[in-house]
Amino acid sequence: MATELAGTQERTARNDPVHEIARVHVPTRSLRSELRAIKVVWKRELIRFRRDRLRILTSLVQPFLFLFVLGTGLSTLASAGTHGVNFKTFIYPGVLCMAVMFTAMFSAASIVWDREFGFLREMMVAPVRRSSIVLGKCFGGATVAGFQGLIVIAISPLVGVPYELTLILELLALALLLAFAITAFGVMFAARINQMQSFMALMQMVIMPMFFISGALFSVAALPAWLGVLNRLDPLTYAVEPMRRAIFSHMNVSAAARKALDPGVTWWGWRVPTALEAAVIAALGLGMLLIAIWEFSRAE
Amino acid sequence: MPSQPSIVPPDLTDTDLAPQINGAGPEVAGNGVAPAVSATGLVKRYDEVEAVRGIDLEVRPGETFGFLGPNGAGKSTTISMLCTLVQPTAGSARVAGHDVVSERDEVRRNIGLVFQDTTLDGYLTAEQNLRLHAELYGVARDAVGPRLRQVMEMVALWERRSSLVNTFSGGMKRRLEIARGLLHSPRVLFLDEPTVGLDPQTRSSIWGYIRELKTREDITIFLTTHYMDEAEHCDRIAIIDHGKIIVLDTPEALKASVGKDRVQIQTPDDDAAIAALRERFGIDAVLAEGAVTFAVSEGEHFVPRLFAELAEIGQTISSVNVSRPSLDDVFMSYTGTTIRDAESSESDTRRNFARMMNR
Repeated sequence: MATELAGTQERTARNDPVHEIARVHVPTRSLRSELRAIKVVWKRELIRFRRDRLRILTSLVQPFLFLFVLGTGLSTLASAGTHGVNFKTFIYPGVLCMAVMFTAMFSAASIVWDREFGFLREMMVAPVRRSSIVLGKCFGGATVAGFQGLIVIAISPLVGVPYELTLILELLALALLLAFAITAFGVMFAARINQMQSFMALMQMVIMPMFFISGALFSVAALPAWLGVLNRLDPLTYAVEPMRRAIFSHMNVSAAARKALDPGVTWWGWRVPTALEAAVIAALGLGMLLIAIWEFSRAE
Repeated sequence: MPSQPSIVPPDLTDTDLAPQINGAGPEVAGNGVAPAVSATGLVKRYDEVEAVRGIDLEVRPGETFGFLGPNGAGKSTTISMLCTLVQPTAGSARVAGHDVVSERDEVRRNIGLVFQDTTLDGYLTAEQNLRLHAELYGVARDAVGPRLRQVMEMVALWERRSSLVNTFSGGMKRRLEIARGLLHSPRVLFLDEPTVGLDPQTRSSIWGYIRELKTREDITIFLTTHYMDEAEHCDRIAIIDHGKIIVLDTPEALKASVGKDRVQIQTPDDDAAIAALRERFGIDAVLAEGAVTFAVSEGEHFVPRLFAELAEIGQTISSVNVSRPSLDDVFMSYTGTTIRDAESSESDTRRNFARMMNR
């Protein structure tokens, strides 16, 4: 220890000018400090995502499997009912949504890790609002998942979806909205779940049914009544359908095909417009965000 | 203006003058200096368990104050209340001149925390961890760089600033946490078991940093420990057991108050030895750490007499140990048990707070 202390003193002498700043001052809480907190929590998500190349890679495996293995395999079987539309094109919006959902849920899951490894406490004891932490986390998750969406959008020509700026922007906007809502959803649960295993189990239990019921893999044109009801209750429906609508409107798809493959979501016979579908996702995301904030503010 | 970068000289800070300026009179002590930490009748109850049962204390600015007690004695719960992490069931406390319940953010802004378990992000570099902290605490942007370097040099981690925290050893992580706790120039630094789980060499180097810190920063240190030898580094210590402060004084005064040597003997028949000690010498001995233990003045003169007396009744002694009063003996003389025995008999219920805090 003696040598170590001596070393410390030596350093002291060497770096004396630095010690002019012996005391920094922490200002009182302001909107500005909250924004800084939101930003740094957001930035941390990006740094960690960038470090985790394996995660970026593995999260692409599933979309590729669905598109090129399942999509190719089922296309002959499905060709009779698709009115000439490539089956891979048909399931593409659903696969895009799934990629975004998984990434967003993984981002939310990091709160559970943070708790297990103690880092959550570092954020919770900071003199900022809990809502800033939750917001930063949700924005971070949304950004990361949006980036994942962008990668899937980048491969869209492989499944016959054209590269058009307006289409890309529309898809990206919907993907970001979905990413935000799903992250908020995950964070809401992460506030109450202490174990990663439980969170993963919950994730499987929630994502797969949502994915299947949303009509990602089939047309909702002629569903039995019970499935039709479930389909309308599934939030993911309101992300898959507008994406599919956008893609079809940028392609040469016959009216008959559109009617069969993309009949749209109807509420008591009224076709829900894209803007309202997006609003449904936004409202759900916002609602879950508020619950998440409430839960974290309450927890002591 | 909160956004103004404000670097003030270490000897003249606004919080130093706060009591006079703000007229926050009541807590000003007789010498005109407000205590860095004060608690009155602090109580914490979890369902049926009363983890902290009325704590009163006052810590002077610049003091190193130690909380000593076995695991589960209520140390961490008390520190958690002082750090605003846990709401007191009853009583009140002020830290750095602010109430821990009604001025939670003010308290948080003025304290540094180093927990028992690491709260670093292992996937970020050391510097990124500290920068994140600076952002969360709103440290003025142009002060972050120099201050960051200062605290990292203090714990000798500046050279490793670009390494991922996951590659750090336990001691390095603890040092980094201490640096991070200091980054925003807290008035009071809370160290909850700062050396637990570290090897002896690292422990003593951590203490080296803490002592050095005292010479560099105008800071009050409030720490908990269950290592007796560490408590000796403190200016004053409070011994806490079963949620109450048993005694509070300087380590020297506490040791002087015991005044007796501690004798531990190993015998084939402990009960007979204890009975013999009572009958023949009028000494109350207890079984502690597997040995018959008692306190006696001038232990080295007593032991030969003890051998002789016990030999008369056919008792043998297989080993003997005489030690000068340490804080262990202080703990023993005030609580009737050694700190290790107190820990092994303690139930887990008092550790509930850990789970609560994890939420």
